[in-house]
Amino acid sequence: MPPTDEVMVEERVAALSTRSIKREAKMWALRAAISMTDLTTLEGMDTKEKVRQLCHKAIRPDPTDASIPPVAAVCVYPNLVGTAAEVLGATSVRVAAVSTYFPSGQAPLDLKVAETRQVVADGADEVDMVIDRGAFLAGDYVKVFSEVATVREAAGDACLKVILETGELGSYDNVRRASMLAMAAGADFIKTSTGKVSPAATPAVTLVMLESIRDFHRSTGRAVGMKPAGGIGSAKQAIRWLVLLNETLGLEWMTPQRFRFGASSLLNDLLMQIRWLETERYQSPDYFTRA
Amino acid sequence: MGNNDALAPRSETGVPLWEYQESRENPDLAAIRDRSGLWINGEETEPLTGKWFLTIDPATEGHLSMVAEAGPADVERAVGAARDAAAGWAAMPATERAKSLFRIARLIQERSRELAVLDTLDGGKPIREARDMDLPLVAAHFFYHAGWADKLEYAFLGTEPRPMGVVGQVIPWNFPLLMAAWKVAPALATGNTVVLKPAETTPLSALRLAEIAAEAGLPPGVLNVIPGAGATGAELVGHGGVDKVAFTGSTQVGKEIRRRLAGSGKALTLELGGKGAHVVFEDAPLDQAVEGVVNGIFFNQGQVCCAGSRLLVQESVASEFVDRLRRRLSTLRVGDPLDKNTDIGAINSAAQLQRITELVESGQEEGALIYQPPCELPERGFWFPPTLFTDVSQSHRIAREEIFGPVLSILTFRTPAEAVERANNTPYGLASGVWTSKGSRILWMADRLAAGVVWANTYNKFDPASPFGGVKESGFGREGGRHGLAAYLRGVG
Repeated sequence: MPPTDEVMVEERVAALSTRSIKREAKMWALRAAISMTDLTTLEGMDTKEKVRQLCHKAIRPDPTDASIPPVAAVCVYPNLVGTAAEVLGATSVRVAAVSTYFPSGQAPLDLKVAETRQVVADGADEVDMVIDRGAFLAGDYVKVFSEVATVREAAGDACLKVILETGELGSYDNVRRASMLAMAAGADFIKTSTGKVSPAATPAVTLVMLESIRDFHRSTGRAVGMKPAGGIGSAKQAIRWLVLLNETLGLEWMTPQRFRFGASSLLNDLLMQIRWLETERYQSPDYFTRA
Repeated sequence: MGNNDALAPRSETGVPLWEYQESRENPDLAAIRDRSGLWINGEETEPLTGKWFLTIDPATEGHLSMVAEAGPADVERAVGAARDAAAGWAAMPATERAKSLFRIARLIQERSRELAVLDTLDGGKPIREARDMDLPLVAAHFFYHAGWADKLEYAFLGTEPRPMGVVGQVIPWNFPLLMAAWKVAPALATGNTVVLKPAETTPLSALRLAEIAAEAGLPPGVLNVIPGAGATGAELVGHGGVDKVAFTGSTQVGKEIRRRLAGSGKALTLELGGKGAHVVFEDAPLDQAVEGVVNGIFFNQGQVCCAGSRLLVQESVASEFVDRLRRRLSTLRVGDPLDKNTDIGAINSAAQLQRITELVESGQEEGALIYQPPCELPERGFWFPPTLFTDVSQSHRIAREEIFGPVLSILTFRTPAEAVERANNTPYGLASGVWTSKGSRILWMADRLAAGVVWANTYNKFDPASPFGGVKESGFGREGGRHGLAAYLRGVG
């Protein structure tokens, strides 16, 4: 595994941030970003009603425009999986559940396994697990690997996203190492952050993870997806991420099967920008529903 | 998720397509006039030669402006104007000189978009580079030297720094405005007056700089700009009224100038060609080294004197590294320099394109393996695709001669000592790059590489405070920093 040098990573990211995405290319990107969004609510104050509202928003992000695609998934705490599954059941929108004692992951493995089995049984199509950063930082990579592999097993056919919590890993070398561990242990996606730690998804961390995905794909032939999460709130940022994706992994990765945004406020900004491109006018935020 | 799949536009083979739409900067911002005269004694003037030459946009071969060609009588006028202005400018309170330079710097910032478009049109470089590299550095050079103007005694303690007098400067076409700034800012800050000859393919931004300087209140005659070809440059450097010559360009012309000036008593600094080596060790951050190598050789289409045109990669990682490099090349966007998404623009002139083509053909004839990513080049204008050569030997012309184009020659090495030997096995010595995660090895290499600049785990980093220049046939004298000031002063040792 080659080392990573932060100066040039940040330089590359800065250079790509100057890409100028206009008109049809922008319109495509905005709609694609909606279809790649994991609409997320992860708060202690979440209620069933809040989740129902969010699920309806997920299915039909803009009630006035049927051409806007649904989002990829709704991401909730384990308690609310059943509620989300009731609303989303027959639709294309998937139910994602955070698991393994999100966000800290500081729990015995058997509890994490039990939680994972439970969310899948309750109707989760996708499981967002966290790695044990304590074990990782202590150098116990075997523990990190075997936990991911065990949860992979417990998740069955569900799509497994592994959260590295890059804001706690301390270096790009560690980000790359954690990415490789997670992918080797069976992750379907690697994900930057829980959203509970700052910094969350930065472009530089995303680039390092995308390069890890590229290298893993080259050596094993297995295509792993990427999910930046936390801190991506504007359409402009989302486009910046899609440029990183496009120029690192290429077009094959530009689908919801291989790329997701973990976000909550992003969706309405995407909708507002689409409306702006269509009408050349900014609309009041009051015209967009808040779930 | 089936209904989401349909979102992605797809090719016939089912691969989704996301083409960035063209995002073109407005060429009218450059405000180019049909005729561009000489700039002598604070005003635009007709050439006494009566001769005008055409400057074109190398990306389209479209006409930009008819430019005055300075002959011997015009050189006489320009040097005369600089001579007449010299005493007054040198005697002016240094704080006043500093103010002029600060004003020039501010005006450059205010007009940076116009100037970026102007250099892109006249020279073919991508607008992204003109906007993000050239123009910020141009302004920075004026700001930096404005700060020195009234502090020269402190830069050279215990001395009495005095200006040289009239400085004749000849600059190349690869960074038209930036090279003018590198030359003009320190010369003015140290109290000299200037006659500047820009390259014949890119005269417009230097003339615009002279206008800006006048607008900033620079007295007439302090900065004169006389476009022309090699003959004009020769006339200028040979003129008896010139006290110091500063030249940036080819080693061949640099040698001629040095011969010509021998015994004349004129001071001389030369910034000449290069054949920079990137040395990539097996413990290097490979993805970042790929970025550095790409930047090192494809920045400004490789038309950079400090371009990292040789890649020396350790054998143990050579095939993996070249593989990464090839894949990265396929993402480079070649085309319209005014498109903000263009990475690689046009070659500066037909003559330069011919030289690149000839050297690349020699590489193939001598048995090196060529790789060029598939890319469509525009029909009109001067273009060359990004090019890699593998299986290159030290004896091949492409490994020895400066190509000044987007062409990288890849060689391998086994040990650090061999890397140093190969990197130094060239008549040039301008710049090189070292890529390793071992700090001690960076220092070990920097001690041994014969180059004016050694970059570690990065490339093409410039700052007005950092002296730039070469050793061996890459020239002598430094530009930037305290060393750069010394090149324009008498009595500083």
